[in-house]
Amino acid sequence: MATVELKNLCKVFDGGVKAVNEVNITINDKEFVVLVGPSGCGKTTTLRMIAGLEEITDGELYIDGTLMNDIPPKDRDIAMVFQNYALYPHMTVYENMSFGLRIRKYPKEEIKTRVHEAAQILDIEELLERRPKALSGGQRQRVAVGRAIVRKPKVFLFDEPLSNLDAKLRVQMRTELSSLHTRLQATMIYVTHDQVEAMTMGDKIVVLRDGLIQQIGSPLELYNNPKNRFVAGFIGSPPMNIITSMVKEEGGKIIADEGDFQIVLSGSMGDKLKSYVGKNVLLGIRPEDLVYMASPEKANNIKTSIEVIEPLGAEIHLWVSTKTHHFIVRVPPRWDFTVGDEANFKPDLNKIQFFDVGTEEAIL
Amino acid sequence: MKRASGGDARRTRRGSRILVRAVLKTPLHAVIVVICFLWLLPSLGLFVSSLRPRHLIQQSGWWTAFETPFQFTLDNYSHVIESSNMGRSFINSLLIAVPATVFPTVIAVFTAYAFSRLKFFGRDAVFLVIVGLLVVPIQMTLIPVLRVFNQLRLTGTFLGVWLAHAAYGLPFAIYLLRNFIDELPVEMFESAQMDGASHFRIIVSLVIPTSVPALASLAIFQFMWVWNDLLVALIYLGGTPDVAPMTVTISHLVSSQGSGWEYLTAAAFISMLLPMIVFFSLQKYFIRGIVAGSVKG
Repeated sequence: MATVELKNLCKVFDGGVKAVNEVNITINDKEFVVLVGPSGCGKTTTLRMIAGLEEITDGELYIDGTLMNDIPPKDRDIAMVFQNYALYPHMTVYENMSFGLRIRKYPKEEIKTRVHEAAQILDIEELLERRPKALSGGQRQRVAVGRAIVRKPKVFLFDEPLSNLDAKLRVQMRTELSSLHTRLQATMIYVTHDQVEAMTMGDKIVVLRDGLIQQIGSPLELYNNPKNRFVAGFIGSPPMNIITSMVKEEGGKIIADEGDFQIVLSGSMGDKLKSYVGKNVLLGIRPEDLVYMASPEKANNIKTSIEVIEPLGAEIHLWVSTKTHHFIVRVPPRWDFTVGDEANFKPDLNKIQFFDVGTEEAIL
Repeated sequence: MKRASGGDARRTRRGSRILVRAVLKTPLHAVIVVICFLWLLPSLGLFVSSLRPRHLIQQSGWWTAFETPFQFTLDNYSHVIESSNMGRSFINSLLIAVPATVFPTVIAVFTAYAFSRLKFFGRDAVFLVIVGLLVVPIQMTLIPVLRVFNQLRLTGTFLGVWLAHAAYGLPFAIYLLRNFIDELPVEMFESAQMDGASHFRIIVSLVIPTSVPALASLAIFQFMWVWNDLLVALIYLGGTPDVAPMTVTISHLVSSQGSGWEYLTAAAFISMLLPMIVFFSLQKYFIRGIVAGSVKG
């Protein structure tokens, strides 16, 4: 297994489009790293540069300390699983999985052992003689993963491998890939646009936007301490509520005034915003950090009216609004709600985030 | 009872739907049958004439052959094969057509792959030139190429005619195959690349097996064109019986036996036979291959 290091990696396409801009990532041995971001953010291009399928315009790529910029893909000892499986349609599953080993002239017995081993791990032993067209989407994706496993490469690359599967299968494959990582103890780099996949699978998440890294961290780090408004809004489902708020100082206390409600900020939170008195900031609050109150509170109360109710069983998502703001709130399924009813919430002050209006960076 | 009568009603409705559909489609079918019949008529006439004795051919039209008493014979065929050098010509035609089909097809696969998958300076410009060659009339090339062939002593040899046919067939072959390879999923090639396959290995193990429809239709096109060719063979091979293909021999028959219709028809039918066998045995690929560039099968 191996470490992967990206140093100031850049990719400029013909026509001057800068798809990846000065990306620096260090991926440790046996780590599961997820590159996540909206489409066009450069995550797939970054992955393809690691694979060697895309030329590196500038910067350096090291695998296990060796510079890989000019090494062809076949000599990088990397395996990749593609979004649309990329199986060889005229070959059986066995032939598909053994293709790479046959090219590298492994002895027949070893090929057989490795293919059967991988097939066993992925539970596709009975499919070995079938052609890809006789397989379901999930089975095809397993074969694609199997083709990567048999090679026992230094690094596994996954390019949105689950996005062609239906929702239920996606959840199942997600757990299977996670346990595969635990079992193989391999370095894996995984690209997805789905933040749920990123949160559930990654040891480390790299959030990208317009070719730039927004934040690198563990799933909970990103969730609890987003570095900027983009990460705050991108990570988490339903997304964080972000509203504009005016910072005021009244009677020695710092207050975030949202127009139809005010939040009194105490202690360190207030200190952080002192320099913003008289200015607008962005206030971010996660849907689960708005606590439902059966009766209105005296301080920090947010009085809303319910617009939409989404009961999910284990929880309820409420779309609520004040006169000027809309929120989504996550509440336990303990109460009965009716559209149009008044509902009062109290923000969990320890979880509130503030962002600068201009830079959109978190105010720390 | 109710359910049974409901089932009857459904059956009747279904029956009437099928009937309506059949009636609506009848005019279309009738037109297709008439066109097919008109299209086949000359070949049918040729075939029937080739089986009639000389005196009958001179007296009456081929359609009278179906009146009793039937008078058919295989003499025309045996005469043509034995005395008109047709057997040798058939072999010559095969000796010309098979390599002249295989060479350009193989070269075209490699070239088309390069145009489709490799990045090199001037790729699109070179490809445009090759496509442009499609419109160059073959007649324009005859004299210059013949002069070169004469200098290289290729005139009158099979090698010369193979090269000529390969060159004439390549622009279309490359064009067709490049479009087909373009339609194959890029990830398949990338995956093979990561598996460690060289370009040669990718062509042999992936491109050729997955391009069978395009290759088959290309091979049929090229084979038919070479088999039916008179011009190229006449110019580069000359009329020597040792190397003359069937088309050349038949054209000699026309001049030497201008009134010998019975032999001409038999000879013509023999020359049609092999392309027909090739076409019918590969026709499913042919249909798929023609639409290959536009809609991936």
